[in-house]
Amino acid sequence: MTAILSIQDLRKVYAGGFEALKGVSLDIEEGEILALLGPNGAGKTTLISTICGITTPSAGTVTVGGHDILTDFRAARSLIGLVPQEVALEPFEKVRNTVRFSRGLFGKPTDDALVENILRRLSLWDKKDSSIKELSGGMKRRVLIAKALAHEPRVLFLDEPTAGVDVELRKDMWDIVDELKKDGVTIILTTHYIEEAEAIADRVGVINNGELLLVEDKDALMGRMGQKQLEVHLSAALDAVPAALADYNLDLGKDGRSLIYTYDIRAERTGITRLLNDVAQSGLVLTDVNTQQSSLEDIFVGLVSEGKP
Amino acid sequence: MNWTAVAAIYRFEMARFFRTLMQSFLSPVLSTSLYFVVFGAAIGSRIDQVEGVSYGAFIVPGLVMLSVITQSISNASFGIYFPKFIGTVYELLSAPISFLEIVLGYVGAAATKALFIGCVILFTASLFVDFTIAHPVAMVAFLVLTCLSFALLGFILGIWAGNFEQLQLVPLLIVTPLVFLGGSFYSISMLPPVWQTVTLFNPVVYLISGFRWSFFGMADVSIGFSLAAIALFLCTCLAVIWWIFKTGWRLRG
Repeated sequence: MTAILSIQDLRKVYAGGFEALKGVSLDIEEGEILALLGPNGAGKTTLISTICGITTPSAGTVTVGGHDILTDFRAARSLIGLVPQEVALEPFEKVRNTVRFSRGLFGKPTDDALVENILRRLSLWDKKDSSIKELSGGMKRRVLIAKALAHEPRVLFLDEPTAGVDVELRKDMWDIVDELKKDGVTIILTTHYIEEAEAIADRVGVINNGELLLVEDKDALMGRMGQKQLEVHLSAALDAVPAALADYNLDLGKDGRSLIYTYDIRAERTGITRLLNDVAQSGLVLTDVNTQQSSLEDIFVGLVSEGKP
Repeated sequence: MNWTAVAAIYRFEMARFFRTLMQSFLSPVLSTSLYFVVFGAAIGSRIDQVEGVSYGAFIVPGLVMLSVITQSISNASFGIYFPKFIGTVYELLSAPISFLEIVLGYVGAAATKALFIGCVILFTASLFVDFTIAHPVAMVAFLVLTCLSFALLGFILGIWAGNFEQLQLVPLLIVTPLVFLGGSFYSISMLPPVWQTVTLFNPVVYLISGFRWSFFGMADVSIGFSLAAIALFLCTCLAVIWWIFKTGWRLRG
C-alpha cells in the first residue's frame, strides 16, 4: 500500500495567534477510510481546510498523490473532493447545473453521462431540474456530495457529513461511503458520532487541541484498549466482595447485588471459568450473567480527557 | 491555464444574469428614459446646444458611462461577494485554479453584462434623440475598457466587503458622486475656473470626456489623457488584485 496523502509536521497559526494545528503528521493509504474524531475546536476542519487549499499552512508539507499542495497545487487539488461541514449552495441554481459547474471548475470536460450516474447513485436524478432552494436539508447534503464527486476525485474529504442528519439518511450516507470505497476512493471523514467511525472506518485518528493523539487501525485499537466486563447478578445483596474471591479484583455492583469482573478479551486465559467455579463454591446464588464491551466512545472519551492539561 | 474553469465560472455568472433578465433590462431602460424625459426634454429644451451638439445628444455618452460604470461595479462585486456570503467560495478555493482564472471568469462575466446594458441604453437613447458616432472603434474600445476596469474595481470591493452595507457603500458614497460630477450632464467648460481645476482630479472626467469624443469628436480633455487615465486605472486595479491573490487577503484564512 502506498500513501496517497502524506502530511508532515503541519502547523496552522491563525492571524489572531491561535494555534489550530500543532505539528500534525499522518500518512493515509490509498483506498482506506480514515475517521478523524475530536471534540469541537479540536482542529479537524482546519486540518481538512488546509489540505484542500481553503486556508494556508503556517509550516509543514502536505502531498496528495505525490504532489505538493502549494508548489503543485493544480495536480494535488485535482485529486481531492471536498464535502464541507456547512451546507453552502447557490440557492437559485438547478441541481444538475451546479454539479456540471463543479466538474468544469476542476477543468474536466462536460460529461453528462457521468453527472447522470452520480445523481442517480445519490438518488438525486428526480430532482435534477429542481432549484436547490426547493430541496430538503438531506437532499442538499447529497448535492454537496455530488458536487464533490463530479470531477472523479481519488481522495474525498467528508467534514461531518451526517451532522444534524436523521438516522435513515445517516445510514444512506454510510452506504454511499461504502460504495465509494469499493471504487477505490480514499475517504477521510470527520465526525462527532463515534458510532459512525465504528461502523465505517478502517482507521481512526483522534485529534484534540490541534494535536493528533493517535492513529490506529480501528479493530486493533478497540482490541488493544477494549476491555470487557462480566457482570454476575446475585440473588442476595453483599456488603463487600467475599474474601475467597479477592484475587479477581472484582467490583461490587449497584446495591451489592452483582459482582463485576473486568478482563482483556485478547488474553490467552480470561479467567472466566475459574471465576465462575469459585463464585459457585463460595455459596453465592447466581440469577443472571451478562457481558459488556467498551466502545470506541469510551476509548475516545478516555483519550481526550487524558490529553487535557 | 485552466480555460475550462474560466468558462465554467463565466457561464455560471451569465446564467445568473439571464435568470433575472427582465430586471437586468427594465431598470436601465426605465432610468435612461426618465433621464431623457427630465434632462433631455424638460431641462434640455431650455439649453440650446453644448459646443455645437444638441443637449439631448450631448448627455448620451455620459448616460451610457453612468450605467456601465455602476453595472460593472455592482455585477462584479456581487458576483464574488455572494459566494463569500453563502459559503460556496470554498469550492473556488479548493479547485485547481489560480486567482487569475477566478478573476477572468468573474470580471469577464461582469464586464459582459455591463457591456450588454451599455448597448441597451445606447439603443434606448437612439429612440429619443438623433446622434452619430464619429469614431466607432474608439467608442467600442472605451466602452470595453471601462467595463473591464470597473468590473475589476467591483471585484476588489466584493472581496473587501464584509457585509452587504459595505458592498453598497463605495458605489453609493464614492462612485455615484464621481460619475455625476464627472461631466455626464454638462461640459467642464460650463463650470467656474476653480471647479474646472478641481474636476480634473476626478478620474471619471477623463473617461466620459474620451467617450464623448468618440461620439462627437470634441472633448474636455485631450483624448491622449483620457486613454492614459483609463490605462492607469486598469493597471492600478490589476496591481491591487495581484496583491490580493498573493496574500490571500480576505479570501484564504
